Amino acid sequence: MPRSIGERLWALSVWTFIGFFILNLVAMIGSVLVNSFGTRWFNTWLPNGFTPSWYALAWNEFKLPDILIVTIEVVGAVVIISGLIGVPAAYAMARRRFPGKTAVMAIFLLPLLVPPMTYGIPLATVLYQTHLGGTLIGVILANLIPSVTFVTLLMIPFVEQIDPRVESAARVFGASTGRMFVQILVPLLLPGILASLLLVLVRTIAMFELTFLTAGATSQTLVVALYYAVFAAGVRPGQSIDAMAVVYMVTTLIWLLIALRFVNPTQIVTRAKR
Amino acid sequence: MAIVSRDFRELRLEGVGRAFGQLNALQDITLTVKRGEFVALVGPSGCGKSTTLNCIAGLLQLTDGSIWLDDRRIDQTGPEDRGFGMVFQNYALFPHMSVRRNIGFGLATQHRPKDEIAKRVDEALALVRLESQAEKLPGQLSGGQQQRVAIARAVVVEPPLVLMDEPLSNLDAKLRLEMRAEIRRIHTMLACSTIYVTHDQEEALSLADRIVVLIDGKMRQVGTPEQLYMAPANRDVAEFMGYRNHVKTTARPVEGGIAVTMCGAAMLGTVPHTAGYETVQGAAMAAIRPDDLHPEADGPLAARVEIAEYHGRDFYCVGKAEDGTDLYFRSPRRVAPGEVVRLNADPSRVLVFAT
Amino acid sequence: MSAANLTLRQRLHERGLDGVTLLVVPGVLFVLALFIYPSIYGLLLSFEPKEGGVFGNYIKFFSEPFLYTTITKTLVIAIPATAINMILSVPVAMRVRLMKHPRLLTTILVIPITLGTVMVAEGMLTYLGPRGWLNRTLMFFALVDEPVRLIHNYWGVMLSLVITGFPFTFLLTLSYITGIDPSLEQAGAMLGARARMRFWRIILPLLAPGLAITLALSFVAAFTVYPSAVLLGAPAGPTRVISIAAYTAAFEEYDYSMASAVAMLMAAVQVIVVAFLLSLRGLFFHGPASSGKG
Repeated sequence: MPRSIGERLWALSVWTFIGFFILNLVAMIGSVLVNSFGTRWFNTWLPNGFTPSWYALAWNEFKLPDILIVTIEVVGAVVIISGLIGVPAAYAMARRRFPGKTAVMAIFLLPLLVPPMTYGIPLATVLYQTHLGGTLIGVILANLIPSVTFVTLLMIPFVEQIDPRVESAARVFGASTGRMFVQILVPLLLPGILASLLLVLVRTIAMFELTFLTAGATSQTLVVALYYAVFAAGVRPGQSIDAMAVVYMVTTLIWLLIALRFVNPTQIVTRAKR
Repeated sequence: MAIVSRDFRELRLEGVGRAFGQLNALQDITLTVKRGEFVALVGPSGCGKSTTLNCIAGLLQLTDGSIWLDDRRIDQTGPEDRGFGMVFQNYALFPHMSVRRNIGFGLATQHRPKDEIAKRVDEALALVRLESQAEKLPGQLSGGQQQRVAIARAVVVEPPLVLMDEPLSNLDAKLRLEMRAEIRRIHTMLACSTIYVTHDQEEALSLADRIVVLIDGKMRQVGTPEQLYMAPANRDVAEFMGYRNHVKTTARPVEGGIAVTMCGAAMLGTVPHTAGYETVQGAAMAAIRPDDLHPEADGPLAARVEIAEYHGRDFYCVGKAEDGTDLYFRSPRRVAPGEVVRLNADPSRVLVFAT
Repeated sequence: MSAANLTLRQRLHERGLDGVTLLVVPGVLFVLALFIYPSIYGLLLSFEPKEGGVFGNYIKFFSEPFLYTTITKTLVIAIPATAINMILSVPVAMRVRLMKHPRLLTTILVIPITLGTVMVAEGMLTYLGPRGWLNRTLMFFALVDEPVRLIHNYWGVMLSLVITGFPFTFLLTLSYITGIDPSLEQAGAMLGARARMRFWRIILPLLAPGLAITLALSFVAAFTVYPSAVLLGAPAGPTRVISIAAYTAAFEEYDYSMASAVAMLMAAVQVIVVAFLLSLRGLFFHGPASSGKG
């Protein structure tokens, strides 16, 4: 449609804002990256020189190997368990109408609507009382809450779009339940399972609040360790904190890029859309 | 506000083209629509008929050519300033407004006085016979009723030109026939010009004063329904207009027509001259409607029946000629698959095109 | 076949209860044990204070300025942040919906959400600090004489909520806007409505229910801000938000009863604001934002 001058100016200002936002975002990430390689940086645009040594320092000082192992354990366990619990639950929710289904749906929806900081405090209380607080298992359990419900809600429409007659047809041709599951359902559901589990993976790496509230000294994930490092800034050189931030950033963004091959960026936020 | 008044003489498209990237969706469309005329744009799906309509509406910008309303050029004008009415394929009724407010929307944008809006909306409701539904939301109406609201909304501002984009394609067959008559009645009553897009040739034949056939983004023929039905200008148009059988022939001009030979030596008869056929000689293609091809004891074409469907009055059949050509024909008597029948057609109903 | 002839198994199946339905049980038990039970437990625990009567914690919260001001301080941060994000998101989403290939842009914008508040806080500390690139640029162009203080105060928290909150609000708004049938706006244009009128009379009413949900989710996220309030704000002063009060009670004073009470108050404020926003939604049309066959 041809546009008037007013509309053009409006469009221009909107694009200027988008550009400004992205510019600042890039500069913000860029300054962390530059600082993590910089030697001395004082009153200049760029550091005096560049060195990779901050990464070595961060690696040892922050016990990054231990933290990374914990992160992998937590994320791996959360992804596998939430898939094992969430996918069958989604299948049942999509295929059956049963008494109390609305209530079950509400139960699955609530943890995604209530922010983790709100339910995290009572959850941590319960975990500490059962002596699970501060342990790896406690961290995994806490992280499973949003993940299980997320996988379930994401998979329900995915199961629904598979025609139940496909399953009936398989049964008519004599496939047993197990066979049908392995040969018919899993291949059809695989793209959805992959997408939802990748999203769970990215979300769990970045999940600060729940891990923070339930983790002990030996069960911190990368993001919580980063928080404590920033919190205690001044104890260690800023560059080594930024080096750790870069490690965190790379870990997250690699998985984000992989996930975005299977899902649309808007799906990451539209979890609560009904 | 609108730059057009009701008393225009004609809408002219001059060399209109529209490209999407590398793809030319529309090329060199030149067409004049007179006031009061009902013009149908037809063609198979993807032929550019909706693109043409959107260009006229102003919803799409041209990449080539110009559009004129009398002597004013309008292709640089936005859709809101052209003042045309439009009926969308999915009706595009505002779901949050009552029927009354939907219909009154165009008048409200013109800042008409409230009582005038009310009066004209009432008239429009009466025109489409929906007086009792005025306060309902579109979601509470049936498909046919929504269609009427869409028409009322488009015509209530008394536009010089009403654009309709496949308005009946979402309705069931019975309702479609009813609404067809309704659209024609409203067009005649309002004496506006209508440009009507459809992929259904039957709809175009029954509604339009003039039909434009678009194929692959190009205008292939413009003419009255009779001209298009009886004398399509080329094979593509003929095929679209229902000439389903294409039989290889050799043609020879004779006194008063063209003599054709089909499928070997079988003589079908002579085909009368029509403008443009004089040059046809030698290898040619004969086009025949299934309705015009039927079994006859000593018909020239032999075909082995493959499918025969009972359709009440007669059988719709598909057969294969000796050279493998598929033949579609009607049979008033029962024929069985495998049976060999001899077919004939009235020579005056057979079209011959050069290949 | 009469009901009497059915086995128990068949009768359960008739009501939708069979082996497949049982697949939902582990998920439900899980949420009951780790979400519903702790929430109820927390609620009850909040009425068992270390000292004072049943409402001891709540009385203490509302009588100590250091505690009760956290609610207002959080609202003073969360409400403007949510409003800014919403006001920025709608025009941007209106523009982006016209793009043929919005994927690159949405991918860039999803990055700050994915990185999370901790990473954004660290980035802002480096970028917005007195020696960071932003202040250098401002001083280079002589826009300011000395570095602007953008961290360790109210504005640091506000900016971090815009950096992570705007993309979230925008992507949610975008998904609602693209759900509106574009032919509705075209119909408005054909009827003479200009862009501004089409927005106010057609798009916005159809968008309102989605915007209410977006606002509610954005507000709730901003209201429970924690890491940036600590790292970028002044956690002892103007950015002592309610999450900090809850955390302090639980992990510094080891008063889980008080911490639960603060968490319950946090939830209560959220419920009140969300209920208010969703009741506004009732004033607008709520139905499908597309037309088509009825």
